[in-house]
Formats: sequence, structure tokens, C-alpha cells
Amino acid sequence: MTVTVTTTINGDHEEFVCEADETLLDALRDHLGLTGSKEGCGTGDCGACSVMLDGRLVCACLVLAAEAEGRRVETIEGMAEGGELHPLQQKFLDAAALQCGICTPGFLVAAKALLERNPDPSETEVRYWLAGNLCRCTGYDKIVRAVLDTAAEMRSA
Amino acid sequence: MRYEAPETLDAAVALLAGESGVAKVLAGGTDLLVQLRSGMLEPALVVDIKRIPETRRIDAEAGGFRIGAAVTGAEMGEHEELVAAWPGVVEAMELIGSTQIQGRATPGGNLCNASPAADCVPALAAAGATARIVGPDGSRELAVEDLVEGPGKIRLKRGEFVASLFLPERAAGQGDAYLRFIPRTEMDIAVVGAGVCLTLDGDGRCTAARVALGAVGPRVILAEEAAAGLVGTTLDEAALEALAAATSAAATPIDDKRGTTDFRRKVVGVLARRAAAVARDRAQGEKA
Ligand SMILES: Cc1cc2nc3c(=O)[nH]c(=O)nc-3n(C[C@H](O)[C@H](O)[C@H](O)COP(=O)(O)OP(=O)(O)OC[C@H]3O[C@@H](n4cnc5c(N)ncnc54)[C@H](O)[C@@H]3O)c2cc1C
Ligand code: FES
Ligand code: FES
Repeated sequence: MTVTVTTTINGDHEEFVCEADETLLDALRDHLGLTGSKEGCGTGDCGACSVMLDGRLVCACLVLAAEAEGRRVETIEGMAEGGELHPLQQKFLDAAALQCGICTPGFLVAAKALLERNPDPSETEVRYWLAGNLCRCTGYDKIVRAVLDTAAEMRSA
Repeated sequence: MRYEAPETLDAAVALLAGESGVAKVLAGGTDLLVQLRSGMLEPALVVDIKRIPETRRIDAEAGGFRIGAAVTGAEMGEHEELVAAWPGVVEAMELIGSTQIQGRATPGGNLCNASPAADCVPALAAAGATARIVGPDGSRELAVEDLVEGPGKIRLKRGEFVASLFLPERAAGQGDAYLRFIPRTEMDIAVVGAGVCLTLDGDGRCTAARVALGAVGPRVILAEEAAAGLVGTTLDEAALEALAAATSAAATPIDDKRGTTDFRRKVVGVLARRAAAVARDRAQGEKA
């Protein structure tokens, strides 16, 4: 069975056709050309596929594409405003909070969701919030520092 | 596979009842999608229940709460009255997965997936929660511990599904708690879990208790003798020691890569005792 899905992605109206058993992650990557969201595991464990669905952080690999009908999806591609990087993106670059980069889109989407809810998280809160995002390269410390530093800068901005 | 997202309970029942092949309900999908993608499951029909308004609400009912079957862990944690009344149920739900999983996972899915290690189920059973089941013959209300039959098996007839869960009114002097053992602090499957719900009178004496154990049997175990042993006590050290021994005796664990039979048997007693102490403090109004 194919399904026609009408949805909003990063503020834009989108329509696509998918199989009923296809995931949102596959639809984003294969039908919409939005390859920023990555597939690390496909089982909800790594967070590389993190997107916002109606304002909630979710794993796109555990959402059916058909579920996006009439919903709002936000991906890493919507994070920079035009040419201007989001402060988290800039900080990840400046602080070298990435190596291979596979996990980075997921961390950025998840960290942005955290700072929108809690502009002043503790280190423990950052670590728990990001516990569903795995990184095989950095050892996490630079990522956690980058999120905390961005939060501090955004508060004083 | 066919995907349907009906907008009423009746329409969902009609779809499920009308499918001759394998039909599956989709709530948060955090179990179902993993099973679909691994090829473990090839349903002919998936019925997404999230567009049915009744499944998306937490309503006050008879002093307690009716929690729609598609309410997520994150939404439960944001519901202040629910957290205040049933902290043990909410903390059990919030232990499930990551922030991303919390945005989707539901207590109904945790229950209906029927994993022996499901975290929310012992807490629900200890709280005396019931499930409202809707189906071709109307609706019925069943204790959550009676819904689970064994690993991956629930007692639902063709066309039936869980529309909501009900948590009763929290009595004066009542408190609940859930604890699990995993080898780390996050993102793992319970090796052992224990839910306890206690009621204390004005003198701190226990008048009612329910103890439910997870991951130490094919389905959630309601440890009735262990709970009965608490009634009449003040939850002193001796009573808690007796509780630990009785829950260890009630457990029927298996050996697997997560833990041995002996380990699980011992730890379930320890967790029941600790959970009882937390429930006692909550019953006495201390923030725990
Ligand atoms: C990374 C990760 C970590 C996890 N960690 C934990 C954990 O720590 N503890 C834990 O217990 N679980 C854990 N889980 C498993 C899962 O998240 C939970 O069991 C969750 O509560 C399932 O809810 P759901 O709404 O996503 O269920 P779904 O996947 O939608 O459904 C699960 C099953 O129940 C059926 N079902 C769902 N709703 C109904 C209904 N209303 N009526 C009838 N049948 C229904 C479905 O058909 C399916 O068979 C984890 C999963 C992942 C991916
Ligand atoms: S790809 Fe979705 S969580 Fe790993
Ligand atoms: S930078 Fe390589 S996985 Fe995180």
C-alpha cells in the first residue's frame, strides 16, 4: 500500500508518496532529499535520526512516514537561519565537539530541544537529556561542554 | 501492510475486527517499529490510535485519572496532579528509554507489548490500575496484571484493544514507588523491577499494601503474601526484612545474559524493601 502524505517540514508545505511500512527517516532521506538525519541503528538506540515531531523530540527511525500526515516535522536542515548557523552549530564547530560527524545532527536537534525547554541546564541534566544520543568518537565531554557553553552565551545574549 | 489512522474508537475496533490477517495497534511505535523493521512481525494492518481523541487525554475520573492509551511518558511527567498522586507509576514510565523514546512511548504499549521486563507494568499493578478494553462486544475493565498472559502475549480477543488505563483515587496516607536494577543508570532493560503501593493510618501503621515484581517471571507477579505481611506493621526494619524474604520467595526468575536466577531472586527482595521505604516516606508526605 502506498500512502500520500501532506505535512510541514521545517515550515514548508510538503507532499510525498511512501510505502505504508516506510519510516519517517527513510522518507526524509530517500524521498525528500533531507539526508542530514542519519541512521545509526534503526532501533531507537543512537539518536542520530533525532527530529522534532509536533514539538517533541523523537527518533525518526521509529516513526512511520504516514504518521507525519498533517503534523509538523523539524529536522537539522531547518536549524540554521538562512546562511546563519544556530549558536549550537557554531559552538560545536568552534569547540570541536565532533569528529566523524555522524552523530552531530542528532545531538544538535536534541540539544536545541533541551535549551528551548531549559535555558539553564546543569551538566547532569544535559547528560541525561542526551543519553539517547550516542557518539562513537568524541567521548561526549566536548559535546556536553559545547551545550553548556552555548546555553550560557544564549542566556547572556 | 496497510496503515490506517481512524478518528474514533468504534472505527478502530471495526478495522481491527475486520482484518483476517495479523492486525496490530500502533501507539508510540517504540516496540512495534523495532519489531517491524527486524522482520519479526509482518502485519497485514497497522491501526494508529493516536488520532482518536480519547486516547490522547488524561482526564480526572472518580478522584483518579483516566490515561488515554496514546498518552506518552513525557506527557505523564508533565502532568503535575498525576505526578503528585502516583509518583511511582510516573517514575516507572519515565525510566523507559531516552528523551526521544519518552516523546513516543506509552504505558499502554508497555503493557500490551507484554515484555516480562516492562518497567511500567509492576508500578501499574501495584497501584491497582485497570485497563479499559474496547472491542466488538463493547467495553470492559480489566486489572492490568490480568491482561498479561506471558512473554509477548496479552488476553485480548480479535478486534479488541486498550483504549485507556485507569488509576484509582489516591487514598489518604497512600504512597507508591518503583525501582529497577540495570547495570547502568539509563537506556537499559530491567534485570529486576519492583513496584510497591502502601497505605498508612495516622499512627504510621500499614493498612493496605500491593507489591508487584517485574523481570522475575514470565509475567508481572503480584506478590500477595509478601504484601499481606506488611499489613499491621509500621514498616520497621523487621517488616522490611520479612518483605524482602517473601518477595524473593515469590519470584520465579530465569537465568539469562542479564542475570542469574540467584542474583535476581536476591535483588528483587532488596528492591522491594527499598521501594517500600520510599513508598512509606511518600505516604507520610515526605518528598522522596
Ligand atoms: C531505545 C529503547 C529503550 C527502551 N527502554 C525501555 C525500558 O527501559 N523499559 C521498558 O519497559 N521498555 C523500554 N523500551 C520498550 C518500549 O519503549 C516500551 O515498552 C514502550 O512503553 C512501548 O510503548 P509504545 O507506545 O511505543 O508501544 P508500541 O510500540 O506502539 O506497541 C507495543 C505493542 O503493544 C501493542 N499495543 C500498543 N498499544 C496498544 C493498545 N492500546 N491496545 C492493544 N495493543 C496495543 C502493539 O500492537 C505492539 O504489539 C525501550 C525501547 C527502545 C526503542
Ligand atoms: S537511527 Fe534512529 S535511533 Fe539510531
Ligand atoms: S563524532 Fe563520530 S560518532 Fe560522534
